[in-house]
Amino acid sequence: MAMCSLVLLLLLVAAVVLGPWLWPLAVNDIDFTARLKGPSLAHPLGTDDLGQDILARMLYGGRISLAVGLAAMAMAISVGVTIGAIAGISRGAVDGALMWLTDLFLSLPQLPLLLLLIYLFRDTLKAKFGPEVGVFIMIVLVIGGFRWMPVARLVRAQFFSLREKEFVEAARALGATTTRQVWRHILPNALGPVIVAGTIDVAAAIIAESTLSFLGLGFPPDIPTWGRILFDSKDYLDIAPHWALFPGLAIFLAVLTINFIGDGLRDALDPRRVL
Amino acid sequence: MGPYILRRLLIALPSLLGISVVLFTVLALAPGDPFGEMALNPNVPPQVREALRAKFGLDDPVWQRYFRWLWAMLHGDWGFSFISRIDVDTLILQRVPVTLAVIGASQLLALAIALPVGIYSAVKPYSWFDRIASTLAFVGFSLPTFFTGLLLILLFSIQLDWLPFVYRADISETGWAWWGAQLRQSIMPIVVLGLFQGASWTRYVRSSMLDVVRLDHVNTARSKGLTERTVVMKHVVRNALIPVVTLVALTMPQVFGGAIVTEQIFRIPGIGSLLIDAILRNDTPVIMAVTFVFACLVILFNLIADLLYGWLDPRISYR
Repeated sequence: MAMCSLVLLLLLVAAVVLGPWLWPLAVNDIDFTARLKGPSLAHPLGTDDLGQDILARMLYGGRISLAVGLAAMAMAISVGVTIGAIAGISRGAVDGALMWLTDLFLSLPQLPLLLLLIYLFRDTLKAKFGPEVGVFIMIVLVIGGFRWMPVARLVRAQFFSLREKEFVEAARALGATTTRQVWRHILPNALGPVIVAGTIDVAAAIIAESTLSFLGLGFPPDIPTWGRILFDSKDYLDIAPHWALFPGLAIFLAVLTINFIGDGLRDALDPRRVL
Repeated sequence: MGPYILRRLLIALPSLLGISVVLFTVLALAPGDPFGEMALNPNVPPQVREALRAKFGLDDPVWQRYFRWLWAMLHGDWGFSFISRIDVDTLILQRVPVTLAVIGASQLLALAIALPVGIYSAVKPYSWFDRIASTLAFVGFSLPTFFTGLLLILLFSIQLDWLPFVYRADISETGWAWWGAQLRQSIMPIVVLGLFQGASWTRYVRSSMLDVVRLDHVNTARSKGLTERTVVMKHVVRNALIPVVTLVALTMPQVFGGAIVTEQIFRIPGIGSLLIDAILRNDTPVIMAVTFVFACLVILFNLIADLLYGWLDPRISYR
């Protein structure tokens, strides 16, 4: 299952990365003679209300959807590992405070806050970095900023058990500094579950980005991420169902394959767990 | 039980305060000024602007403004909606029951799916039923709610024309017909949310059951000659549900996220669609209040989960 998913996901990534060069039609070629047409030879996935080719838009938008997923995952993992490691290596007050912060973030209503942050900071970032990069940075920051908590807990738990293991004690007895113990001995051994969590985070981030775009609060209309195409298509469901089906399927396939890969990785990395 | 509930309430208070601090910080850090538009308006002289700023205390230090805001919130003074022209708390009170009804019904549906399927899968692990159920569960929680919503509309409203896809708050029928219409229009949102939650809970129930099945007390129960049914229901399920309750409480924020999306798709007049409308129309007091209400609801459900936890596991409660 995981291998099949990996192949499928790689195909999807390859299509998204290479597609815009191979597929001749441009993202924003407007053709009013071919409005809301179903799949045909000229437009394999049909066209939207301006006669733009949906395949071309999906290939281009997929890059952004996947890039947001990866970047938000990288952010969530780095914040989570840092906080979890600091909490795990320093017991007492620091640990308590960091874990309180983690629990607080876990009980925040995430989507309302995401929407609030986007509402408040959208214009500043747009002005500073331009509409595309600004929105990209903001979405990655907010999604990543709300997904680090499980990773932090995981890393902390790993640190607690690894800290007492013989090989770390040996390193300590040899006079290794705390930094060296963490970097050379504890952290590399704590990364297994983090990789699994990171994989699943990519899927969650893709869903989060699509949700924001679907609510009309993500990327602007000229950047057709998969969620944005769905948002544009939802008023034409009765006459052009293909317009909504294909991007929805793309999101579903990406998320499903990533989840299956994460599951396979978990089985491979953690033989104790029964699933 | 009384002191336990009281203690839990006291623990919930700091989290609420923490959330209010986070909310207020976000607002205070945000660029933009409520009087920004007035600065561009040539009809408002600068003295008036300064006087207004002083009156509303915008130049005070942040912590003073926070306490003033908190004090007003505690007094039920939640501000005034710029768009709807009514008090924010009346607006929210109108909307909350719909949201709670949809969320509550969908959670019941999710439980009705997750418990039997998860338990049966774990009783016969790696059987055909288990394999199919696990795959379906995977598919279920990989399908984003906005896509399932659109698919259901496409199938049941547009192709088959069985169900309405716009939720109406004012149904003209009375009596049983009212309930019928209500059911017909809420069934799709409830199914969308319920299937998504049910799929992920099935996995929790199954893996937590599998952890408990291997424990010694289960072997003891079997060797006492108890029927398989008693062993599973009394000795395994009850213990397996303890971690599930925690996980369910932890996924509550996601449930509310899903509710916002569902309300938006089906045009349900709940607080989720209120939030989206308010954001699209820059109605700041409503945005702040709704976000805070969502935070309170999350904390409330965590509290309920903790109480359930005490009931399921007598070892930890009443201490």
